[in-house]
Amino acid sequence: MLKVDSWRDMYNMTRIRVYSDKIYALWLREVKVFFREKSRLVASTFTPLLWLFVIGSGFSSSTSIAHSIDYQKFIFPGIICMSVVFSAVFFGSYIIWDRKFDFLKSVMVAPVSRSTIFTGKAFGGMTNSLIQVSILLVVGLIIGVQFSPLALVQTVVIVLLLSFALTSLGLTLGSYMTSLEGFQMIISFVVFPLFFLSGALFPIDKLPQWLSVLTTVDPVTYAVDALRNIILGIGSHPLGLDLLVLLLYSCVLGALGTYSFRRMKAV
Amino acid sequence: MTKRYEKLTAVDNLSLDIEQGEVFGLLGQNGAGKTTVIHMLATLLKPTSGSATVNNFDIQKEPDKVRTSIGIVFQVPSSDDLLTGYENLQIHAMLYGVDPSIREKRIQDALELVGLTERKDDQVKKYSGGMRRRLEIARGLIHSPKVLFLDEPTLGLDPSSRETMWKYIQQLVKQEKLTIILTTHYMEEADMLCNRIGIMDKGKIIALDTPTNLKLMLGGDIVKLKLKKHDSDITVLKNLSCVKKIESLDGYVILSVDDAKMNIPEILKHVEAESVESSSPTLSDVFLKLTGKNIKEHAEGGFMERYVQYDKN
Repeated sequence: MLKVDSWRDMYNMTRIRVYSDKIYALWLREVKVFFREKSRLVASTFTPLLWLFVIGSGFSSSTSIAHSIDYQKFIFPGIICMSVVFSAVFFGSYIIWDRKFDFLKSVMVAPVSRSTIFTGKAFGGMTNSLIQVSILLVVGLIIGVQFSPLALVQTVVIVLLLSFALTSLGLTLGSYMTSLEGFQMIISFVVFPLFFLSGALFPIDKLPQWLSVLTTVDPVTYAVDALRNIILGIGSHPLGLDLLVLLLYSCVLGALGTYSFRRMKAV
Repeated sequence: MTKRYEKLTAVDNLSLDIEQGEVFGLLGQNGAGKTTVIHMLATLLKPTSGSATVNNFDIQKEPDKVRTSIGIVFQVPSSDDLLTGYENLQIHAMLYGVDPSIREKRIQDALELVGLTERKDDQVKKYSGGMRRRLEIARGLIHSPKVLFLDEPTLGLDPSSRETMWKYIQQLVKQEKLTIILTTHYMEEADMLCNRIGIMDKGKIIALDTPTNLKLMLGGDIVKLKLKKHDSDITVLKNLSCVKKIESLDGYVILSVDDAKMNIPEILKHVEAESVESSSPTLSDVFLKLTGKNIKEHAEGGFMERYVQYDKN
């Protein structure tokens, strides 16, 4: 039983409850839509599997990676990050659809602050990524990747951080775009570079200078490195550094997203 | 209140008082500025200059209080069509902070009011156009607002769905103590539903009155006669007190008459006519008179109409 000391406490509790109700409502909608858009769900699960099995197996025979790890296992953490990159950025930019079908307008005319809308959306995106990653982790067990309970918890933390950062990025871009044509631009100029420059498919230790610079600024690099550390026990940076950089990106992109939502036009 | 876009003045120095509990209609062609007015009152657009209060809350200084006070039905249905009708209402009830203890009851009541209880667990994509609109109304009412905005509530509906919709709106007026502000370009809709009508043209309100008074502006009913003895009879007609105005057109005489039903027998006592026709003025006539434009000419070609059409394909 919670003890209510004064009317003010009760008022504050009600406020918090209403606030969390609103975030829950927005999150609930995203999750329900996620499970009902069957084709999107199937497609976004299938693509990483294709990479894991076709590229993974294809290069396995001809590529030798340090620590004599099988190439398929080597790219497994990268493929997890890939599924997060795709799901999170797409999820965020899907807000263009919400606007096209006026759903967003109906939310913006409700007494809900823009930062609450942003938070609800971001939670939706994180849930979305987590569900897809769970499927991949099961596939990982099948191909013989093993992880301890601690590694599992650590993986979830990294996935959630990366997903928050990239959903925020997607929401930011989506909030500025008015047409669906912008979608293609996001795929070419955001999604693919984020993925390819992250070292998801290759070790980042001995890269040419120009490429090394680009991988260093890519937030996904740190998630891939962290997951490699956690799952395979190999990494280029200390885990703490990876975590710190991801936290930093999350804060910056989260703040940017909230700002973009505040200035987004309702109609 | 004024809203200006770069070169276009969408709403031009509009000033308006809407009484509590009335059904107020904004009537005008597409592009007259009706929706812009609604968007400003609903806090979705900031006026370029001026302001307004809704339920005594300032739209710029207290937007959250305004939002809690209003329900709104947009021109294009905005419910999520992957969710069921019930889920849409549930989510909106939470967004409006409807207390959990009464939430369920509010949802059931709203579904009942718009006749969607049977279909509440179907996804909205399986609803007809009319059902979607009704769901929007239910959604607009879920938090018991004081003011309900209906932006073209029957746009793109077939005639029978339109009549059903009117029936529900009229029922709403009876049951809930609401102020309703609706925009429309359908004359008969405004005539049937509204207590007062503001006719909008180019961002301005050019006439504001009850439907009856607006029609009276035209000076009574129209009587069209074909006379046997044209010239001499016109002189006779000019001396009758019930005849306000006389015009000749293609061999017919067109009269403006107070209360045609009562006065036609009187007129026919004095002149011999081969044929008689009479009609009461409609809001379309009023609109034509005020703007010099026929509202129906452009009614079907508007942007939203095309959008709805596109949406169906």
